[in-house]
Amino acid sequence: MQKLLLGAEAVAQGAIDGGMSGVYAYPGTPSTEITEYIQGSPIARERKIHSMWSANEKTAMEAALGMSYAGKRSMACMKHVGMNVAADCFMNASITGVNGGMLVVAADDPSMHSSQNEQDSRFYAKFAMIPVLEPSSQQECYDMTYNGFDLSEKYNVPVMVRITTRIAHSRAGINQLAMKAENEMSLPKNPTQFVLLPAIARKNYKKLLAIQEDLVKASEESPWNKYFEGADKSKGIIACGIAYNYFRENFPEETCPYPVIKVSQYPLPRKMINKLAAEVDEIIVLEDGYPIVEELLKGYLEKEAVRGRLDGTLPRDGELNPGLVAAAFGFKVEAGLAIPELVVGRPPAMCTGCSHIDVYTALNVAIEKYGKGRVFADIGCYTLGALPPYNAINSCVDMGASITMAKGAADSGLVPAVAVIGDSTFTHSGMTGLIDAVLGKAPITIIISDNESTSMTGGQDSSAVGLIENICLAVGVEPEHLHVLLPLKKNHDEMVEIISRELAYDGVSVIIPRRECIQKAVRRKKTEAKLKK
Amino acid sequence: MSIAAALGAAALRNKLSIKQAETHGMSQRGGDVVSHMRISDKPIHSDLIPTGGADMILSVEPLEALRYLPFLSPKGYVVTNTTPFKNIKNYPEEQSIMDQLNKLPHVITIDADKMAADMNAKRSSNIIMLGAAAPFLDMSYQSFEDGIRDIFGRKGDDVVTMNLDALKAGFDFSMKNKK
Repeated sequence: MQKLLLGAEAVAQGAIDGGMSGVYAYPGTPSTEITEYIQGSPIARERKIHSMWSANEKTAMEAALGMSYAGKRSMACMKHVGMNVAADCFMNASITGVNGGMLVVAADDPSMHSSQNEQDSRFYAKFAMIPVLEPSSQQECYDMTYNGFDLSEKYNVPVMVRITTRIAHSRAGINQLAMKAENEMSLPKNPTQFVLLPAIARKNYKKLLAIQEDLVKASEESPWNKYFEGADKSKGIIACGIAYNYFRENFPEETCPYPVIKVSQYPLPRKMINKLAAEVDEIIVLEDGYPIVEELLKGYLEKEAVRGRLDGTLPRDGELNPGLVAAAFGFKVEAGLAIPELVVGRPPAMCTGCSHIDVYTALNVAIEKYGKGRVFADIGCYTLGALPPYNAINSCVDMGASITMAKGAADSGLVPAVAVIGDSTFTHSGMTGLIDAVLGKAPITIIISDNESTSMTGGQDSSAVGLIENICLAVGVEPEHLHVLLPLKKNHDEMVEIISRELAYDGVSVIIPRRECIQKAVRRKKTEAKLKK
Repeated sequence: MSIAAALGAAALRNKLSIKQAETHGMSQRGGDVVSHMRISDKPIHSDLIPTGGADMILSVEPLEALRYLPFLSPKGYVVTNTTPFKNIKNYPEEQSIMDQLNKLPHVITIDADKMAADMNAKRSSNIIMLGAAAPFLDMSYQSFEDGIRDIFGRKGDDVVTMNLDALKAGFDFSMKNKK
């Protein structure tokens, strides 16, 4: 019987069945469910497959590369912006190559359902000159990770699996394949393969360049790339990844008059593309994310008749859907009923009883006399403090940016400046910025709003639990300017008083309001009650 | 989402293809969340339902039922719980929401929370909703019952019976009130 799985879970199951020995990841929508699934899998537990969360995406990528070095199959999973954090290791991992197969799963979020941008990870794979597998269905999510390790080992490079929100968070039935054995531990045959001294790196880079044609050939022969003949040569279609589904929704195979290429493995299958270009008048490119393929085919001189997101055939931004693709072919799109005017928005909000609320309520009072515009926040549930009624924060850019942006603003005279950062974000990327702030004696107040959890993504364990005070003291925060508070309504006055005092201090202060995430507390109490029974 | 899981189990039992696109992440902090569910005896392409293509909007909250009307097909049914969830200050007046709902050609409005409380099964309001949806889905009632047994089986017979009763109550309500 088929197994009903989210795309993200199908990726995880494929990796388990494909002989993976460890997944390394930091939570981030829409990638989180991959690692959670492995953490909950009995067979993964039995095999002792590593699945503990990493402190951030860079440490995850590095650990995955280390496991590959030792000959085993590894996977690093992250959301698209996590690729930015991991990029240093990622770019160099294509130069070192792999020993055991290594997959990098990048989960993109076109339309920014739960993200600050909609960058397309296929760019990274092209940058690193490695193959990309882009599933169009949950079954392909499974098949691609299952077989992706072989591809990685065959060409000695990491392989990217690129998924998007819509496939990661959509369920379908999956057929499983026979479970493979894990690799035995083994050292790389060439002991200097992973030593990127310039002389060695130059040699490795030439190897990477030399296999590029092989990778194109692999795409041309890939079972996931397909050329469908069509009698009507007025148009040809290139449909990538999940966009292929939206295309087929409008043109089922039996009714489609045009030649079509389904692209699910990159680099692009050149022979198929050349064949299509030679036989059709114009090419329509359907891809979810940035117009990467379209730009590549169109070129700067725009010689080819290529249509897509760049010429307005499809919108330049946002995720695709069946209606947008229908409109691109001139089909009438059913509009459905209008939304009645009385329907108001229901934006996300911090939960009733959330500790962040008590923090913002106190901060807003303490900071009032200095005026607005000086609170630099970070990424987590507390980013919702930007919305009414709090209107408490002025920035949310990237993981850890609160502390360093506050420092930069203070350096330019915005004193006091405040950073608000969560516990998990602090150990992800905030603590290095804290060193800058301490060394520079920056007049900033850092509030580490500690709910002992990575909550926005569903309450995963935070690397920071039990460590924050020691980290702060170790990097040189003065003990008299380090405070731990209990954020509750009844402690409001005390919180205002301590925050006020530290705002007035001409140096680095760290305030740690600490109370367990309310959602996590409820779940914990339920589990405890169950255990008692 | 538990409704979607029960529907999914029922569909797989009938050897049908399903795709079910959910909302995870930031919106789960009290924002609006929606699942697109497609069930077919043929392969399903798109994970998303095209606008004007949904056979049913099944909503556990009346304002949310209206939010997704652009997806409803002209022949489609709205089946909604009438108990509002007010986590926003500017929540519209309840009667005006009901007026909008009652204007629709095919609608079932059901106070599932009250019905569940009356049955002494407060946590089963979503299963009442599933039962209310069942007459409009092209699957046997039996397969819904089996879906319930699948999902609640390990919680014991009492829980199963309670949810089967809830399913039946929702089903009967719709059979009586459908136009």
